[in-house]
Amino acid sequence: MALAKRIIPCLDCDKGRVVKGVQFVDIRDAGDPVEVSKRYCDAGADEITFLDITASHEDRETTVDTVRAIAGQVFIPLTVGGGIRTLEDIRTMLNAGADKVSINTAAVNNPEFVREAAERFGSQCIVVAVDAKRVSAEGEPLRWEIFTHGGRKPTGIDAIDWVKQMVGNGAGEILLTSMDRDGTKIGFDLELNKAVSTAVNVPIIASGGVGELDHLADGVLKGEADAVLAASIFHFGEYTIREAKEHMAAKGIEVRLD
Amino acid sequence: MNNVAVIDYGMGNLHSVAKAMEHVGSQLQPVTGEATEVVVTADPAIIAAADRVIFPGVGAIRDCMIEINRLNVGEIVEDAMKSKPVLAICVGMQALMSHSEENGGVDCLGFLQGRVRYFGDDLRGDQGERLKVPHMGWNSVKQQAHHPLWRDVPDNSRFYFVHSYYVEMEDVSKVTGLSVYGKEIVATVSDSNIFATQFHPEKSQNAGLTLLRNFLQWDGAAD
Repeated sequence: MALAKRIIPCLDCDKGRVVKGVQFVDIRDAGDPVEVSKRYCDAGADEITFLDITASHEDRETTVDTVRAIAGQVFIPLTVGGGIRTLEDIRTMLNAGADKVSINTAAVNNPEFVREAAERFGSQCIVVAVDAKRVSAEGEPLRWEIFTHGGRKPTGIDAIDWVKQMVGNGAGEILLTSMDRDGTKIGFDLELNKAVSTAVNVPIIASGGVGELDHLADGVLKGEADAVLAASIFHFGEYTIREAKEHMAAKGIEVRLD
Repeated sequence: MNNVAVIDYGMGNLHSVAKAMEHVGSQLQPVTGEATEVVVTADPAIIAAADRVIFPGVGAIRDCMIEINRLNVGEIVEDAMKSKPVLAICVGMQALMSHSEENGGVDCLGFLQGRVRYFGDDLRGDQGERLKVPHMGWNSVKQQAHHPLWRDVPDNSRFYFVHSYYVEMEDVSKVTGLSVYGKEIVATVSDSNIFATQFHPEKSQNAGLTLLRNFLQWDGAAD
């Protein structure tokens, strides 16, 4: 037995409510992130990622309360992302019970923020979220660029260079989302994932594009991901975490089934 | 009242372990009739009065040792380390060793005789595949000895690890759990009243909560 590849359901939350509709048939309140997290934890999720998309700063208090409530009932690792901009934001989330924070825009605005965060809190709790989009033309060597603002704003930064820089600054893990694939349900950008995974020596979480269980397995086997993140295929009850794990195990991937 | 002191030396997330202890404490109360009180503290008087002690730690051992030394934590916990049931977790376990090789060498607390070593940058699995560092995620733990903290924990259960350094014990008979990541690594050690885990039981769902529940009921004897 060896280290298991992880399956991570992702909850998008706005003002303390799960959005992008979780549709479990028998759940009492599909908008309650605590109940949804517990459900995933019981179903065998290896971690939970909580992405806060609350726009206004005032409503962030709700997010902290939600994180605290989840952490009091869910005893697997919890990553919180969205709006993490200062060392104080990180401290607040860790004190509320997050195990890791995921940093995206703030890292692009100031790469040294990641270094300061890793030095203060340790690399093990600093995840850098990278939104990458393919920019190479047909026939050119593959190239990806970093985008912010949900894939709308180009930065001109090469994705591979960026990930190396972030790991050099102390990122302990990379949450890699393909903006080309996000929401498409046609599978991860495996070439992107493999290029990033081989470029650095920290774990990579593949994200963006999962529509069926083979996509999860491909992320590990072809994209060399250490963990796979998905939202809608689990939220809408298309597949359970258990089914996903059994499918991956049947493909020879080490997963946690106990 | 079962009083648990979680030692606070300013490093990292103590909420998780305190919450998990409260959770298992409330599960136990109907069975044992005893309530559990968990306090996160560095107060010598509270630690002296506690029934059991948790010594946590996350991040880099170098930074932890700086804070431990600055706050004189070694002296504060010395009596507890000799007399009370102690559970040390992750970097907390590493801090109890004699020495760490990080940054050219850091002296640690020396309550357990062992060294803390780096995985290396070119770690390989048994198929020659590259292994990432940190060792992050769920790995199985092979129990090496009977111990009260292993009660009802199935052998080879998976626990959640996150670390770049691992422990080498001088006396391998104190190793009570092994994992494999490129090489055999120490997952747990036991030395009389001290039990230490490289993994995070507070993040390891059922297997981890069972271990914590066992700790709450442990009298500190090795078997």
